[in-house]
Amino acid sequence: MAVAADITPRESPKRRARNRALARFVRHRLALFGLGAIIVLVLLCAVGPYLWPYNDLRIDISHRFAVPFMSAHILGADALGRDLFARLMIAGRVSLTVGFAAMAISTVIGTLVGTVAGYFGGAVGSMLMRFVDAVLCFPSIFLLLALAAFVQPNLFTITLVIAATAWMEVARVVEAQIRSLRERDFALAARVLGASDAHIMFRELLPNAIAPIVVASTLNVARAILLEAYVSFLGYGIQPPTPSWGNMLNNAQEYLATAPWLALLPGLFIILAVTGFNFVGDGLRDALDPRLDIT
Amino acid sequence: MTPPPRMDPDALLQVEDLSVRFRSDTGVVSALNGVTLAVRPGETVALVGESGSGKSVTSLAIMRLTPSPPGCEVGGRVWLRGTDGRPVDLLALPGEAMRKVRGDRIAMIFQEPMTSLNPVLTIGEQIAEAIAVHRGTSRASAWNAAGELLELVGIPEPRARLATYPHHLSGGMRQRVMIAIALSCDPALLIADEPTTALDVTVQAQILDLLRRLQKRTGMAVIFITHNLGVVAEIADRVMVMYAGRIVEEAAMRTLFQAPRMPYTVKLMRSVPRLQIGGERVALEAIPGSVPDPTNLPPGCAFAPRCSHAMEGTCDVVGPDLEEVQPGHFVRCVRWRELAGGTAR
Repeated sequence: MAVAADITPRESPKRRARNRALARFVRHRLALFGLGAIIVLVLLCAVGPYLWPYNDLRIDISHRFAVPFMSAHILGADALGRDLFARLMIAGRVSLTVGFAAMAISTVIGTLVGTVAGYFGGAVGSMLMRFVDAVLCFPSIFLLLALAAFVQPNLFTITLVIAATAWMEVARVVEAQIRSLRERDFALAARVLGASDAHIMFRELLPNAIAPIVVASTLNVARAILLEAYVSFLGYGIQPPTPSWGNMLNNAQEYLATAPWLALLPGLFIILAVTGFNFVGDGLRDALDPRLDIT
Repeated sequence: MTPPPRMDPDALLQVEDLSVRFRSDTGVVSALNGVTLAVRPGETVALVGESGSGKSVTSLAIMRLTPSPPGCEVGGRVWLRGTDGRPVDLLALPGEAMRKVRGDRIAMIFQEPMTSLNPVLTIGEQIAEAIAVHRGTSRASAWNAAGELLELVGIPEPRARLATYPHHLSGGMRQRVMIAIALSCDPALLIADEPTTALDVTVQAQILDLLRRLQKRTGMAVIFITHNLGVVAEIADRVMVMYAGRIVEEAAMRTLFQAPRMPYTVKLMRSVPRLQIGGERVALEAIPGSVPDPTNLPPGCAFAPRCSHAMEGTCDVVGPDLEEVQPGHFVRCVRWRELAGGTAR
């Protein structure tokens, strides 16, 4: 005989919770703007080059320094007469790829390090976290330049190098989360059931730390795009003729007085992408904060 | 009482001289000082005592879930009869083998059903996980088994509940889910650490009733940890009263309630509020003082400083042994013979 009077059927509160998070995100105007900017940029860079009549590498001396909106080169052309819009879109592919790939790599490394350090604590945890602190002590731009000086700069190595300077923040966030989560009763309950350490770490604890990881990762994309632009601007990143927003800025330096749009437009794209990701990150932070769920 | 050299042939679990010491900045905390107990298959043993008497530490030590050695030392032996009938010393078992015992041979449920379930996994996932950890069955059959378990513990619409999250459920329902998880691998022993303390009384009664029915059905033994004597009277076959990390009285449930010998047990029973209207209102007796500091236990009987029968020169000097009052009834008090004359009541 089942005595079970202490339950009332309710409509799925999980869905309601998810909708609440969504509602909070939507209320965040800047986050919506950021999301829109990112979607537009991604679509533009992914599909745009196929639709645009000009090739990013085609040199056309007759249109050197074409002024924006004055010819078929809508956004103008650079010192070699290459179409700026085509170059911006291809450069966007490079920058966004580096951004997302570096974010993915740094999130995985940071999550692994943070989870292991937070779960085991003690000597293992201290060692890992002091290593994180040590890496954080290097000004990342110098670390980046030093590393970039040693490796052949291409899309792959630049991504790795940026990821190597970006995983620490995630590691710290995850470590703090896991350290508090492992003291919770359900972690002990899992141990009592005979679950292994790996099982408890990755199946029981990590899913509870997803929200801060998502936020840190989003902000990391912006950081990675900015870092890629840095190194490319300084000449250690993506090498010409492949355009990236950073090396386009570099090339534009000489013509700053005569053709300012060559610097302004890539700069604008960088700003758009970086602020877009930052706003989305902030919006997610607010939307996923469970403390705001108390209604 | 010297520890028996071999395991009692009737026993499922036999704990011998179990001691747990924690090292802290302020000194060594003696949480358990030589606890000896045996549990037979199918019986319910209640561990009773105030907070800090060592009830929960006993269960954690049996499960080997106390902190690792530098901060915590565990001594003694914990024999558990294996599936093949041969006793195994759990304290000597390698970590991986111990992990297989947990959840499989011995399961445990906790006081706080609100926090013992993982908030981000569905009920079904958590039960199926428990089955998969030990049985390695397929997802589909584990899911099916999870549905049956929910039905067994009296959750309405068990199949539909599998996909819900813990925060959808009330405390009583969550404790049922915890019980379902504990039962998932058909354990020989269930340690219930104050499973009803956080629930309101009507739900408490339902959970106790459920545990009793499940025990009858599966034949598992239960160690029931509680400070609630009402719950003890409801569910226990035998009772062990703990004080300051020692068992101070052990008896069959009826014997203990009818003729408690240890002054502490007597006081404990008098401090329980009674449900009665009319007649004389009996004043509730609180036990004066508090549990002794485990870093600095008194040299004699640990209860002596709070005991109204304590005799200077005897109780505060010699730590009494557990003596047999009658078969199956043991008491740790130097004066129990005198007090049995009637003065103790």
